[in-house]
Amino acid sequence: MIFLTRKAEFSSAHFYWNDAWTQEENERVFGKCANRNGHGHNYTLEVTVAGEVDPVSGFVVDLKELKDILEREVVSIYDHRHLNFEVPEFKTAIPTTENIAVAIWHRLDGKIPNAKLHRVRVYEMPDLFADYYGEIAHE
Amino acid sequence: MSNSRPVVLLSRRYHFSASHRLHTEAYDAERNREVYGKCNNAHGHGHNYTVQVTFRGAVDAETGMVCNLGDLDAFARTKLIDRFDHTNLNTMECFAETVSTTENLAIEVQRIFAEFPYARLERVHIEETSNNSFDCTGDSAPGRF
Repeated sequence: MIFLTRKAEFSSAHFYWNDAWTQEENERVFGKCANRNGHGHNYTLEVTVAGEVDPVSGFVVDLKELKDILEREVVSIYDHRHLNFEVPEFKTAIPTTENIAVAIWHRLDGKIPNAKLHRVRVYEMPDLFADYYGEIAHE
Repeated sequence: MSNSRPVVLLSRRYHFSASHRLHTEAYDAERNREVYGKCNNAHGHGHNYTVQVTFRGAVDAETGMVCNLGDLDAFARTKLIDRFDHTNLNTMECFAETVSTTENLAIEVQRIFAEFPYARLERVHIEETSNNSFDCTGDSAPGRF
């Protein structure tokens, strides 16, 4: 099994807000991230896929194809957009780094030919990132 | 959504600068020089350390978070940065009986962040320099003198 990782970048605006809470509660929990005028980040996305090497091409996946999938499924939708207002999954989920990683997993899962999605890593900043492996806790 | 939640690993990186000297009373001076080389320099030397802590947890449905970053940053400020930044590691109580290698530092940092009350610590990764890094998953005990 080979693990192959491709990076992509997008720059987006967001803020953290839970409609069920008062402004005071939102500010207490989310601090300056609750500023409703929004703020932004340069996000780095790292997508790792797992698969076997094709004996003819020597590839797990064609990197150009993977790059195009990331562009089509994620970057073209997230880049230079306001996540809260312009990306459908964040109408209901707060666009935290955790939720962005989960949302990108769902956007990509099953769409990469000949390889299995292994990990989605999203860096909000170089010092903060979230990893999602598709794991669900049932409580 | 309330009874099936994605489990995410959240990683945060912190930075501090400290001096240290690798030296053990268990060896004589010559053996210390042999084992630790220039790290045994009597006056010490220093590094810009990067500590990367990874927490694992189900994403909270109300906050969208594994744990509140403000809580984690405040914990790291008090328990890590304020204690270690611009210090000599060898003078600290946690290195009274252990050599201040980054292996032992990783075990101490693991012990500290394992006490963070709001999420489960998965891993501590420490970069001593850009060429040397160490990972601790919580099943190690520090080497004693």
